[in-house]
Amino acid sequence: MGPADLLQYAASALRGHRLRTGLTLLGTAVGVTAVILLTALGEGARRYVTQEFASLGTNLLIVLPGKTETSGMTPFMGTAPRDLTLEDAEALLRTLPRVRRAAPLTMGQAAVRYLDRERKTNVIGSTADLLPVRRLSIAAGRFLPEADSERGGPVCVIGRTLQRELFGAVNPLGQAVRIGEWRYRVIGVMAGKGESLGMDMDDVIVVPVASSMRLFNRTSLFRILIEVSAHEQIPQARRDVIDLLRQRHDGDEDVTVITQDSVLSSFDRLLRALTLALGGIAAVSLAVAGLGVMNVMLVAVTERTSEVGLLKALGASRRQILGLFLAEAALLSAAGGALGLGAGYAAAGLLARLYPALPAAPPTWAVVAAVALSVGVGLTFGVLPARQAARLDPVLALGKR
Amino acid sequence: MGDAQVHALREMDLSIASGEYLAIMGPSGSGKSTLLNILGCLDRPSSGRYILDGRDVGRLSDEEMAEVRLRKIGFVFQFFHLVPRLTALANVELPMLFAGVPPRQRRERAAAALQAVGLSARLSHHPPQLSGGERQRVAVARATVMGPSLLLADEPTGNLDRASGREVVGLLESLNARGLTLIVVTHDPELGGRARRLLRLVDGRVAEDRAAAGSSSVAARTPGGRAAADPAPDIIGGG
Repeated sequence: MGPADLLQYAASALRGHRLRTGLTLLGTAVGVTAVILLTALGEGARRYVTQEFASLGTNLLIVLPGKTETSGMTPFMGTAPRDLTLEDAEALLRTLPRVRRAAPLTMGQAAVRYLDRERKTNVIGSTADLLPVRRLSIAAGRFLPEADSERGGPVCVIGRTLQRELFGAVNPLGQAVRIGEWRYRVIGVMAGKGESLGMDMDDVIVVPVASSMRLFNRTSLFRILIEVSAHEQIPQARRDVIDLLRQRHDGDEDVTVITQDSVLSSFDRLLRALTLALGGIAAVSLAVAGLGVMNVMLVAVTERTSEVGLLKALGASRRQILGLFLAEAALLSAAGGALGLGAGYAAAGLLARLYPALPAAPPTWAVVAAVALSVGVGLTFGVLPARQAARLDPVLALGKR
Repeated sequence: MGDAQVHALREMDLSIASGEYLAIMGPSGSGKSTLLNILGCLDRPSSGRYILDGRDVGRLSDEEMAEVRLRKIGFVFQFFHLVPRLTALANVELPMLFAGVPPRQRRERAAAALQAVGLSARLSHHPPQLSGGERQRVAVARATVMGPSLLLADEPTGNLDRASGREVVGLLESLNARGLTLIVVTHDPELGGRARRLLRLVDGRVAEDRAAAGSSSVAARTPGGRAAADPAPDIIGGG
């Protein structure tokens, strides 16, 4: 008997018990739906984070002072890390062809005053390059001027929160704010970007880097943000940056260069693991559904004992009986799997509609695994009842009614 | 009874010739069913031998026994044993399913077998929609569709009214007239009396083995005796 015959016979047996078949289908379907929906959520979270990073620019290199790998030993070796300086940033931009832009960055906190209003906020010192490197945009006015960073006129650009808090309905452009002793003229307001990887880019004031160093009485930079010309050049550009800075720092490699990719890939790994874990949890419900299949098949064998006896009397071999009941179990779980697949995709689609920010879509591996697992589970749990059927003594089986 | 082992059949030495019409009678517990199960290759004798068409069935594997049931033996049961969710046609197709007959040929042969039992108008009916007599005729069509050489009927009229019973018996006898070996197990003296040879069992022993008037070629064998007519079902037992 061919596979078509097996399936046809199995289908006729399943149709005979619609309620029971339906409930078992539901069990398997819920399991498959759970796998698909949960992995879709995990995948959505992964994509969301990836996109967030991409919005910061994927060609980004971040230079920080100090070499993290050897930090514990450094003091004893007598080579305290040198500061990152403005000259370092300029040298990088001037010397390295792969570096398209380099934005030096200082960070500090200070009270910003406008008339009688005051707000403590983050003060970022940088250059005109910060705008393209961090993919920021301007809502009104303009960003810091493209000028020699050494000079740095008394101008500033403010974030939206700061604008609202200090100026209310007043147009801030052209107004003067005070930070400590220093006066700055507001020349631009940044478009809202919101919380971006731990820093609120709305509650911030950006001033020219030289000016901020005077403000905080510092000579060193907090970071240098570098935009590389092309994504493929990132590894080479990273080596170039390290080499150049080592040269400038008397042969000591005392900076750390983080690529956007490395940060991204650690998040990526983390969230993939999360997705896998969610899938695993959902798979448990699939295994439970498998028990349901086994239960139904055991009942079916008991109920159809005399049918098995008849089939044996008619000349069905053990293997054929085994095949009939396995086909039934496989059909049951495969149909449940297909049902769950449809429901899972529908639910994931609905989720994507309700929360467009979270691009929820089940990964292919999860879909394949869910369907394969449901059929596998059905077959595995179908073996026991099928073997029981195949082993029935035809004489005793026929006698039962 | 002190014995741990109970022998359903004892000191049996029986040979049945090809084309015979044999009735097996006897009270409950006399071993009728056991004999039928052994003859039908559903069971093996615990000792002794059953030679069918020259092959010792007791030595066959389970798979080979299934093959013998498939090709050589047809069963008709008291309770019909049709699969209720399958149509009459699909019920008759079942043995051919196990024999690997292709679907189209299966349908044609099943339809022909149902036509032969007068049910060509009932092909797509399900068993619950058929009368008892019709159901038993479907069962006869199923039992004969593979062209067996031995037809075993266990109380074939036990669950039928007299008219339907007579019809079914007529059908079985016409098959026998065309050369099929027919063995009927029954409580019904009238049905038993119709057979050309009657075997009466009591306590697992052959109490009577008589040929009906006008019949020939039949004899009971004492131990050591051997049937002359081969190929034929031939049971030699002891115990």
